[in-house]
Amino acid sequence: MTVNYMDTKKAPGSHGINLESLGRSRSDVAFEDEDITLTVDNLDLFYGEKQALYDVSMSIPRQKVTAFIGPSGCGKSTLLRCFNRMNDLVDTCRVEGKISLDGDNIYERGVDVATLRRRVGMVFQKPNPFPKSIYENVAYGLRIQGINKKRVLDEVVERSLRGAALWDEVKDRLHDNALGMSGGQQQRLVIARTIAVEPEVLLLDEPASALDPISTLKIEELIYELKDKYTIVIVTHNMQQAARVSDYTAFMYMGKLIEFDNTDTLFTNPGNKQTEDYITGRYG
Amino acid sequence: MTTLHKNETDGLRAWFKRGEPMIWINASAVTVSTLAVIGLLVLLAVRGFSHFWPADVFVAEYQLPGEGSAVLMAERVESESVAIEQLRSAGFKLDTEDPFIERELVKIGNRDVYGSDFRWVLTRYLKEVDYPVDAVVMERREWGNFYGFLKALNTGDGRTDLSQGDAELWQAFQHSIERAETIHEDIERIEKKDIGAINYRLEKLRLKERGLELDTDLSDTVRQQRQMEIDAEIAELDAKYEVLQRELRELYQQWNRDTFIAATVAGDERELRVSTVVKAFRPNAMSGFDKVVFYVKKFGDFLTDEPREANTEGGIFPAIFGTVIMVLIMSVLVTPFGVVAAVYLREYAKQGVMTRIVRIAVNNLAGVPSIVYGVFGLGFFIYFIGAEIDQALFAEALPSPTFGTPGLLWASVTLALLTLPVVIVATEEGLSRIPRNLREGSLALGATKAETLWRVVLPMTSPAMMTGLILAVARAAGEVAPLMLVGVVKLAPSLPVDGNFPYFHLDQKFMHLGFHIYDVGFQSPNVEAARPLVYATALLLVVIIALLNLSAVALRNHLREKYKSLEM
Repeated sequence: MTVNYMDTKKAPGSHGINLESLGRSRSDVAFEDEDITLTVDNLDLFYGEKQALYDVSMSIPRQKVTAFIGPSGCGKSTLLRCFNRMNDLVDTCRVEGKISLDGDNIYERGVDVATLRRRVGMVFQKPNPFPKSIYENVAYGLRIQGINKKRVLDEVVERSLRGAALWDEVKDRLHDNALGMSGGQQQRLVIARTIAVEPEVLLLDEPASALDPISTLKIEELIYELKDKYTIVIVTHNMQQAARVSDYTAFMYMGKLIEFDNTDTLFTNPGNKQTEDYITGRYG
Repeated sequence: MTTLHKNETDGLRAWFKRGEPMIWINASAVTVSTLAVIGLLVLLAVRGFSHFWPADVFVAEYQLPGEGSAVLMAERVESESVAIEQLRSAGFKLDTEDPFIERELVKIGNRDVYGSDFRWVLTRYLKEVDYPVDAVVMERREWGNFYGFLKALNTGDGRTDLSQGDAELWQAFQHSIERAETIHEDIERIEKKDIGAINYRLEKLRLKERGLELDTDLSDTVRQQRQMEIDAEIAELDAKYEVLQRELRELYQQWNRDTFIAATVAGDERELRVSTVVKAFRPNAMSGFDKVVFYVKKFGDFLTDEPREANTEGGIFPAIFGTVIMVLIMSVLVTPFGVVAAVYLREYAKQGVMTRIVRIAVNNLAGVPSIVYGVFGLGFFIYFIGAEIDQALFAEALPSPTFGTPGLLWASVTLALLTLPVVIVATEEGLSRIPRNLREGSLALGATKAETLWRVVLPMTSPAMMTGLILAVARAAGEVAPLMLVGVVKLAPSLPVDGNFPYFHLDQKFMHLGFHIYDVGFQSPNVEAARPLVYATALLLVVIIALLNLSAVALRNHLREKYKSLEM
């Protein structure tokens, strides 16, 4: 399958850079259908009158790490938040186009957003553990689903904390308040909390940007381990991080998907002038 | 070249520039506020609590120039200096030319003899002031204090008088008072508790009977059977009542058995029943320690007893109880209601012109004078809702109203309405402070909005709700005006909580400390006796509001500690 990631005809010429002059769009990545978890088709997104995403189309491969890079305000977080319909919380937000999770359009009428979000978990930029114990934080998603059996919860909490490489650090203080942990631990706790409900997709919105280098390293190692089980989409400001952890990278600029390719190809041989400018640090 | 050292030459301007006048003004404002609060408490404490101290009793000869002499026995209450002209124009013939002359207010007691408990005397005409150790002060159930000397005691065991020795007589007298007090407690128990319960059940049966009459659907056989059941029960209760009545008669006889003979300082002897005396003491013979013990005991009685003599004597327990229970019921009503309203306004309602209007309306409610709430409570809750409830549920008691009359429930509901804006505003404030990313964290785990609210947002908002409740309690506990319309009375015959099913009697009228202050201060027949009680009751009201608030603050601090992520 080949997808044209940028339809230059639709690009308005109003934002300063004439995209057509900057190079042709590329469609270097092709996936088999069964390898695809999420498909985005001609997605436009508006905040009130202001358009934030322009005709984005792409496919997110299964059990791989896909990174979104681009300068601030380019729409990469907005796109990420479309995958679990977090944008629904913004009153003025309007979405046109289609996003499919395993072939089902998530923007269809009648979709249960809670179920969708259970299947598409999300970790935010700033660690946001609930003011509860470590144990209760991890068990939260299960309790929401009505699972309250201690035996089941104990098992899931341990498995999730091990999965998030946190078990050894906290196993003796599971019932302490989660707010007493360090920032890096909190972020791994949030990841544990998210994988406790066994989602298919993990959305990571700049998960390490509020952390120190050591914690960042731990999160990156964790991402590497987690991709065996989950489809991971990560938004990052840090190009080195994208290069280190991801298999595929998408470069976005001013609400448009400019280029999407193998991480290695995109960083070593970008097909687009804008991408090249960005990764060589000429702007952004 | 500029120097780092202070420029000393420009004194005043530099002083202003450093901002020191502002610091001084700030500090002075704080000082004045603190002093005002301390002063208030000290004034209330001194004026109110000195009342319980057993002051020494003096005996003196008092002779105004040109008038006959009289012997006084009294305790000093206060003194002041007064212009001599004022006294002259009042008709006193004074043999001095001092521009000012001391006079003092003394408590002479023996209202049954003199007609009033207090009188003013001019200090310079008090002669031969003495403090006899055998002077007796007796607190009586009626007629106020008695001041005089004990002469003899007649008990069932015979007569004791001064010939057997003063100490013997005094001890026998104390025993007799104790005995009477024990019997009195028994009488109270039977009258209040046992007979009260029987009366309560009789009243229920009467209503049941009346209900039977009103129920036209019943067949005659059922009716007769029920009537017989009721009659049987009434007969049983009547029998029990008879037994208790007999017991009571016996006790009253026992209670009134002992008498004593006492003489006023003028030598006027009279025989009185021991049962009329609550306590008797000889202040001049008491040591400092004795007085402290007496003081503590008397203060304890003030807190735990019921009022006597039109609220000018005795304790204020029913008023304390009524205040606390009303505030508690109000809290139970206002908190959930306010929180639910705030959640809708902040979380669910579409923010726009309508919500803004609602918010303005809510805030304006807080500015409505409280008496207006009282009028509303009377007109709407009592005369409309209460009357409807009576029609629907208590038809057998009509025409005498059950809920269609002022009572504890309506007072609590009215105050809940009065304090509702505070709770709504505080809760909304709290909701708006919950970080967005915590809500998103919960939603991202598949929780619905309601689950997020219930499990994450509301627990974290609980400190703010408590803040609202604290403000509500502070306002409600101090309100008097609306209560006068919706349920407070001068003297309630019983507490709104007792041992008779259903234990909480929300329809009953109750006493309240704020209204008690007003009543004792303005409606009292005995102003001088009531005045210290006004101060003491006021201080107690302040203390109780402070206690209610402090417990709410403690709870809030606990919650804050638990959900401290807000401070991150």
